[in-house]
Amino acid sequence: MRSATKLALLLGWLGYAVLPWYFVEGMSLTRLDWAAGYPLGKAGSALALGLSGQAPWLLPIGAALAAITAFVASRDAARTATVLIWAGALGLALLFAQGFAIALENQGIPWLAALLGSTGATQRGMGGGAFVTVVALLLLLCHGLAYRGICRGDLFTTCSIGIVILLIGLFIFFPVSTILRSALVDQSGAFAPSAFFARFFDSSIWGLGCLSANVNCGVAWNTLVLAVLCGVITTLLGLACALLILRTGMPGKRVMRALTVLPIITPPFVIGLALILLFGRAGVISTFLYEWFGIARSRWLYGLPGVLLAQVLAFAPIAFLVLIGVVQGISPSLEEASQTLGAKRWQTFRTVTWPLLKPGIANAFLLGFVESMADFGNPLVLGGNFEVLSTKIFFAVVGAAYNQGQAAVLAIILLAFTLGAFWVQQRWLGGKSYTTVTGKGDSGLPTPLPRRITWLATTAIVPWVALTFVIYLVILVGGFVKSMGRNHTPTLEHYATGFAIDFSNGIYFQGSAWNSFFTTIKVAAISAPLTAVIGLLTAYLLTRQKFGGRGMLEFATMLSFAIPGTVLGVAYILAFNVPPIEITGTGLILIIAFVFRNMPVGVRSGIAGLSQIDKSLDEASTTLRARSFTTLWRVVLPLLRPALVSALVYSFVRSMTAVSAVIFLVSAEYNLATAYIVGRVEAGEFGLAIAYSSVLIVFMAFGIGLIQLGVGERKLGRRKVAALNSSVSDPITQGAAS
Amino acid sequence: MHTRSGLKASLFALAAVAATAFSAAPASAQGSLVMYCGVQEEWCRAMSNAFEKDTGIKVAMTRKSAGEIYAQLKAESSNPRGDVWWGGTGDPHLQAAEEGLTQEYTSPLNKDLHDWSLNQWKAAKQRSIGIYAGALGFGFNTEQIKSKGIPEPKCWADLLNAKLKDDVQVADPNSSGTAYNLLATVVQLMGEDKGFEYLKALHKNVSQYTKSGAAPAKAASLGETAVGIVFIHDAVVFAVQGDPIKPVAPCEGTGYEIGSMSIVKGARNLDNAKKFYDWALTPVAQALAGPAKSYQLPSNKASPVPAQSPKMDQMKLIDYDFVKYGSSAERTRLLAKWDKDVKALPK
Repeated sequence: MRSATKLALLLGWLGYAVLPWYFVEGMSLTRLDWAAGYPLGKAGSALALGLSGQAPWLLPIGAALAAITAFVASRDAARTATVLIWAGALGLALLFAQGFAIALENQGIPWLAALLGSTGATQRGMGGGAFVTVVALLLLLCHGLAYRGICRGDLFTTCSIGIVILLIGLFIFFPVSTILRSALVDQSGAFAPSAFFARFFDSSIWGLGCLSANVNCGVAWNTLVLAVLCGVITTLLGLACALLILRTGMPGKRVMRALTVLPIITPPFVIGLALILLFGRAGVISTFLYEWFGIARSRWLYGLPGVLLAQVLAFAPIAFLVLIGVVQGISPSLEEASQTLGAKRWQTFRTVTWPLLKPGIANAFLLGFVESMADFGNPLVLGGNFEVLSTKIFFAVVGAAYNQGQAAVLAIILLAFTLGAFWVQQRWLGGKSYTTVTGKGDSGLPTPLPRRITWLATTAIVPWVALTFVIYLVILVGGFVKSMGRNHTPTLEHYATGFAIDFSNGIYFQGSAWNSFFTTIKVAAISAPLTAVIGLLTAYLLTRQKFGGRGMLEFATMLSFAIPGTVLGVAYILAFNVPPIEITGTGLILIIAFVFRNMPVGVRSGIAGLSQIDKSLDEASTTLRARSFTTLWRVVLPLLRPALVSALVYSFVRSMTAVSAVIFLVSAEYNLATAYIVGRVEAGEFGLAIAYSSVLIVFMAFGIGLIQLGVGERKLGRRKVAALNSSVSDPITQGAAS
Repeated sequence: MHTRSGLKASLFALAAVAATAFSAAPASAQGSLVMYCGVQEEWCRAMSNAFEKDTGIKVAMTRKSAGEIYAQLKAESSNPRGDVWWGGTGDPHLQAAEEGLTQEYTSPLNKDLHDWSLNQWKAAKQRSIGIYAGALGFGFNTEQIKSKGIPEPKCWADLLNAKLKDDVQVADPNSSGTAYNLLATVVQLMGEDKGFEYLKALHKNVSQYTKSGAAPAKAASLGETAVGIVFIHDAVVFAVQGDPIKPVAPCEGTGYEIGSMSIVKGARNLDNAKKFYDWALTPVAQALAGPAKSYQLPSNKASPVPAQSPKMDQMKLIDYDFVKYGSSAERTRLLAKWDKDVKALPK
């Protein structure tokens, strides 16, 4: 038995016999009043509680650990491996079985509890001790598998795979299956598949009344139409912008690039809010048009046009970031070849450039489509009578007619749409290679755009850039005037309400926004590195290791990306409010939600980065007898720095701007900035909402700069490779591009 | 060696984060109270701060709409996190009481309360009590009405004026207690058949069914709509600010809400919840509403009434049947009927 295995065993005993097994409320290192319940009370260890008869069902888990301990000194490697595998797996199974079977009163799984010999017993949620024991048992199981020769006998690889599978199972599959299960029960909780069909085929979802009469169409069609339009328009705008920047001598490129990044770090619905202040019936521009030109004020903004406009403004930059990489990657020598053969500019564009752009366009479209489907803030603010799935899910849960089953059915439809889109994309692009960046030198100059394309692109881009500019002007100014749109007296009142600091007696953060602001920073700062680590580790496993179920694992990581935030939020509160994992109302649940929501981006950027690093580097390291962790740490990771930056930046930004996933998970003590801002918007305090949003934007820009300074400066060291540098430098592109 | 130490280090880091940094749950055993607050932020904050100051009990307050709080109580019912639910329109409180999400309590201060407050208490089988009342009505934008050249609306019937087409806003009763109050009021005032005829006619003028109940007041104050159907005190807020909005108590008579308070069943800090409950019914606590720009009528007879508050004794109020219209069955039936007969209608 290797010393790593012994260490894992020690860890297991630590969790089982020493640490408090259950989740102890109010436990902290500074306040020790919880220690009164140690070792036999509330904070008792599993061993003490099991032996004293308070929780006898915990004893078999200890037996598994004891069985392994008995073989510590064994020289028979094969037998040790068998014991590790069986005892580890059995220990884990027993641990989860008792956790799910024995819960609060009238919960849990009665027949399983009876099987474990403890009918009617109750217990609280698992805590630190249980957590450490689970990890240790898992490690022991994976070590056993490694001793059997799985994954070339590499401990690190098997353990990483085990941990990633456990995490995904617990924090993605378990909550999602919880909510999907509720689609099949009726209001009283009885199993009723007929209720599912009744809900599924409801006319409010699939109705087509809007085609013939002036009524609302089904919410599924609304969502689909909006998402397709959003995908098409964002893609075209992004493409136009990318072509103009790379292929023309247009002035103001730098400003344009800066403007395109802004919407990414803007909390959602802030753009919607700014649009109301500009184009609403009493908006600045509407008023101007009315007073100067007599154009009647109308309500066009509320509904499909307004939501679409807001989404296009918010998501076009993402399409742009995807497409600029693709346009950059098109080898100019191909175009030169075409021209040498006598083709006109337009002909070259049509027959050479355009086909090469197609895959990038497909990616950008998919991204706009999915983002629009998952968007919750803009339809909430601007939707009017135009309902989409994400808002409908929200109101099915919080509305007067609390209807969890309906929410689950709607969630299934939304999930089917997004997964369908991913599937189509995989099918379409799967077999083809769409990278044109080769190792060969490429000295050609990009062909200038044909004139009509330039004109077309310019007419599309100029209004867009102008609008983005005006919107940020509104956001900037809106925080400093009394009431945007009506009373433009300069004031610092909104900032004072939110961010006042009282210096009279030490420093006291008096403003109403401080609490949520600090929590947001804390949560983002903790979850971003965890996301990056888990994401890159998963990417490494998926690309560099071969093991059964790899495809499943990849699908599972993408699943959490496709699940709309609202659904994930509801699923988390349903799954984690009761034992065995009882973490609602804590900061931990926010961190976990963010980590698993943003992980796919870490995975994607990791895969993109890894596919550019030649495998021979790994192999050289392995040949020199480095273990896989050493290879990962010393060889792969330094080359992956840009991917690390993008994973960090993306999850940091997302943790600060996400609304839908966390609106159910915030609690009194752990409130988040976006949830707070939504509340302000709801209460009509637009000034404070805008002021807070500006603070967030500035803070995020600052944070991104810091991350890039911290990680990026050492980026690649002497091994700087142009191609690698250019393609991975961008967080969002990598996220969903591949 | 890298392998082991690195792996172990990262595992320990994970475990440490999980076990220590965030394991402090919001409600520690003593001296704290978890409060779900259903009114606007400023009032919520004033209440929690004042209670904290008076008693030394640490209050963890979350502000959410009444519907969201109800959803949260329901989701958490197997393992409650909250202690007291203060504020928000009475219907979801009644529904929670009916479903056993909240628990009975008889406060020594009950004798000082208005009858309507105790009616709520009786309707909820002692599980909820009235803390403020506000009448339903509407607010209209004076500038918009003037530019349309129509007389100022004074009655429910005036809102059917064809010139107000696409210029009335009200919330969707499926998501808002305010709008459900309108639905129930109209049914009680005009009878079910005539009431639905009225709502169908009104549907032609409604530009948008908003999500949140008070949103139409904001929209009317901004001029985004000419008329917003809301609780009158919500419109008063903007009128006091100097916005061109005028609150109206409709001439035919109108319904009202009873903002309520309930103690969560299985509250972890039950004693503190009771302390808060009693405290919140005192004139001192109820006097916090006015300065926080909330102009509802307080439930304690001795509480001062904010000067700007709509005078409910001068309005024609219907005898609102909270028991009937607060019950799950009636509510579900009316909402389904509204969805089918009104919302699905072409414009």
